[in-house]
Amino acid sequence: MPGASVSPAGVVAHSLAKRFGEKWALRDFDLEVPRGSVLGLLGHNGAGKTTAIRILTTLTLPTSGGAEVAGLDVLAEPARVRERIGLAGQYASVDDLLTASANLEMVGRLYHLTREEAARRAAELLERLGLADVAGDLVRTFSGGMRRRLDLAASLMGGPEVLFLDEPTTGLDPQARSELWELIGQQLAGGTTVILTTQYLEEADRLADTVVVLDHGRTVAAGAPRELKASVGGGRVALRLGAAGLERAAETVAPFATGPIEREESEQRLSFPVDARTRLVDVLRSLDGAGVDVADLQRVEPTLDDVFLSLTTGGGTPS
Amino acid sequence: MSALRGAGDAAVLARRNLSHIRQTPEKLMDVTIQPLMFVLLFAYVFGGAIHIPGGSYNDYLVGGIMVQTLTFGIFGPATSLSTDLREGILDRFRSLPIARSSFLVGHLASAAVSLSLALVVMVVSGLIVGWTIESDPAEALGGFVLLAIFSLTMLWLAMVIGLLARSPDTVTGIAFIIVFPLTFVANTFVPAATLPPLLRTVAEYNPISAVAAAVRTLFGNPTAIPPGAPWPLQHPVVASLIWCAIGLGVFIPTAIWLYRLRTTG
Repeated sequence: MPGASVSPAGVVAHSLAKRFGEKWALRDFDLEVPRGSVLGLLGHNGAGKTTAIRILTTLTLPTSGGAEVAGLDVLAEPARVRERIGLAGQYASVDDLLTASANLEMVGRLYHLTREEAARRAAELLERLGLADVAGDLVRTFSGGMRRRLDLAASLMGGPEVLFLDEPTTGLDPQARSELWELIGQQLAGGTTVILTTQYLEEADRLADTVVVLDHGRTVAAGAPRELKASVGGGRVALRLGAAGLERAAETVAPFATGPIEREESEQRLSFPVDARTRLVDVLRSLDGAGVDVADLQRVEPTLDDVFLSLTTGGGTPS
Repeated sequence: MSALRGAGDAAVLARRNLSHIRQTPEKLMDVTIQPLMFVLLFAYVFGGAIHIPGGSYNDYLVGGIMVQTLTFGIFGPATSLSTDLREGILDRFRSLPIARSSFLVGHLASAAVSLSLALVVMVVSGLIVGWTIESDPAEALGGFVLLAIFSLTMLWLAMVIGLLARSPDTVTGIAFIIVFPLTFVANTFVPAATLPPLLRTVAEYNPISAVAAAVRTLFGNPTAIPPGAPWPLQHPVVASLIWCAIGLGVFIPTAIWLYRLRTTG
């Protein structure tokens, strides 16, 4: 019986597939996440990340295949799975018309904690997530970052064995994003198994032990974030011009670029992927020699697009 | 045990809906100010022009207003259900270890609480305009039980509408089309016999007419039903119970089916 699995895995999926009409949202999805580790599901919108999460959290049924969460079969025992998981959704599913603490206490009561236990745990989580000062405020007055933190707190109310975070920082500004990363990192110390979806390579790198890259419902790569980043090469170089001349700058840097050059005309910015051995000073020298007025030049983290590019072109891996 | 737990989950969710009222007290208007306004409007503005054979208009009116208010009571729960369906909050609830039924039951229970308040408002405002219960206590209790059964039927209709509507904004439109003709082409405010022939036939067989007549009968108020009226008006209590049974028999499975449809796939 699959429900009585003794494997140390926190989450296992075998050949999961989900079809909506003619379109496959997810196909041949296999997964084995060891208990206590963090898996990042990386992909663009529509890659199948949310579909995978919805199946694993019992919100939707797969067209075929199976999965176990915390050793329980999600198809055979969805109710017992729900007792062991926490979900923080992409759309920050908290109640606008309740206060922060009322939201958490309600969720606690629905995990069948006693009233006292729910109140105690809510207060503790609000404290841990830096929301203690606004515990009595209505959620509709919250910023996007505060809502996400409350949503994270709600997902932790039941003391989950497996935590699902569906794009926890999408739509947040960089400041709020790195604050939330910090907080998520702290909550993960307790040995909880985590599945996190994201569109940001940097986020997967910060939080995940293993990354699975999804594209159009299929797994296209898997491995440690470090390997994935290494496969991308040297990341990107971004520059901003002090005066007009974007066209000329693009021509000048073309020999350094290992992929398409992205331009932002209005901001006088451009960026391009480079090899790990490319030196910034060489780029700057060429630009200076060509008479381009460079206001700012820096190396930035590779993006998910860079990963896809290197996967589809089969390389860029430095030897 | 699991039934008890399911009831507990529904109570938690009902309390959540009720605490929304604290933030938006105007949500209570349809169960407080509105019935009061209807009682005063009909008692003092239109009432003088309406003649009720065998009794006073205010005695006739209150039973009708009660049925009308409970019918209008579908707007609130249908809208809040639809709002929940549109927002991510339902995913949160569905990822929690709660009884599957508790989400709908929670909405029904919170609506039942606010409609009980409406009933109190109507009884009090009725008493102020001179309405009295003429029947014995057992029959009067029967009147309130019938109102509760009728209200439950309407609330399941509200669940169906809330689940059918694409967005909270469309709920009002759908509910209006159903509720308005149902409550006004009836004996709610005027005896059906005063309507022109076609509308009169519609009103005589309208379930709302049967329920209003049954409530008046059970409270010992004038019903203004002529001897030749059709069977449902001659036997309004039995007819009302039949209508409610049909309504519940249709709305409950439909609501459950729609809920499954909207939460799977």
